[in-house]
Amino acid sequence: MWYNLNVDNIYSERSIEILKPNTYASGLRDGVPIGLGYLSVSFSFGIMAVSSGIPLVWTLLISMTNLTSAGQLAGIGIIAAGGSLTELALSQLIINSRYFLMSLSLSQRVDSRFHLLHRLVTSFGVTDEVFAVAASRPHEISPRYMYGLITMPYLGWSLGTLLGAAAGSILPALVTDALGIALYGMFIAIVVPPVRANLRLLAVVVPAIAISCAIAYIPALSFISGGFSIIISTVIAALIGALTFPIETEDPADE
Amino acid sequence: MNNSYLIYILVMAGVTYLIRMIPLAAVKGKIRSRFVQSFIYYVPYAVLSAMTIPAIFTAAPSLLASLAGLGVGIAVALVSGKLLTVALSACGAVLATQLLLMLL
Repeated sequence: MWYNLNVDNIYSERSIEILKPNTYASGLRDGVPIGLGYLSVSFSFGIMAVSSGIPLVWTLLISMTNLTSAGQLAGIGIIAAGGSLTELALSQLIINSRYFLMSLSLSQRVDSRFHLLHRLVTSFGVTDEVFAVAASRPHEISPRYMYGLITMPYLGWSLGTLLGAAAGSILPALVTDALGIALYGMFIAIVVPPVRANLRLLAVVVPAIAISCAIAYIPALSFISGGFSIIISTVIAALIGALTFPIETEDPADE
Repeated sequence: MNNSYLIYILVMAGVTYLIRMIPLAAVKGKIRSRFVQSFIYYVPYAVLSAMTIPAIFTAAPSLLASLAGLGVGIAVALVSGKLLTVALSACGAVLATQLLLMLL
């Protein structure tokens, strides 16, 4: 369910009819809507990173080497605050642990042409939306399709970051301030629809918000930095979810 | 400072890549533990919720604009769910609120 988010919007049945299903071109085409979405969201990331004091080149490098929204946002917070490498590594491990499950699921769906080198390269491009599209395909996934699917999201994410980082100082403050919320808008778009469809997810969402707010607003807890706040909130909330409502399916991606 | 940026980014990118690469490259079987499956399944909701609130309250220049962005974002997400639509609607709400505050 969560993994299949927006698949109806992203995934065009027509592309199968026109293009052979497992070619680079069909993957490229399926990735266009994701790339466009990333362009606007990473624009917001670029603005935020530069305004937090990270130079343009390093901001661009972060996007080109990480390709992940939530992890990068937490990362620039920690970098700008001069946080420890342990905090940075731990935050990425917790925030991005969802990719572990996605890659695991994909490993069951790739075809016989997927040799180790292809796995080493394409795993870099596994994002929430890329996984959602790849996992929803009726066919086994070929390496060429996967390379095609990753191309536009990668270009969109990198180009958007560059434009945001460069234009952040050119655009009027009124506009950059407004674009700064786009990244959170994407988070809302990922969380809200599944919660609406399955209210039991509130058992995870509500504790996560409560804990992160408690750490932010209770003075006695103010020694906890932003990065660790996300880690603590996530681990406790996901534990609550796993204990109260264990998922029922053998393969979560099939849900 | 540039050296520390390099180290920060290497750590960030390295950890993120390993998480994605290891299962695809090495793991042949499936995770059997229902508890571990459940925990990993719930992580994205927990992460994104904790990252959005309370951080979004200070994402716009005024609390009012932030709340407008949050409210409109949730409302549009309930109706549409499309990533781009929700993100741009939230931006529009912030822009409109800030314009309104300037005029008042």
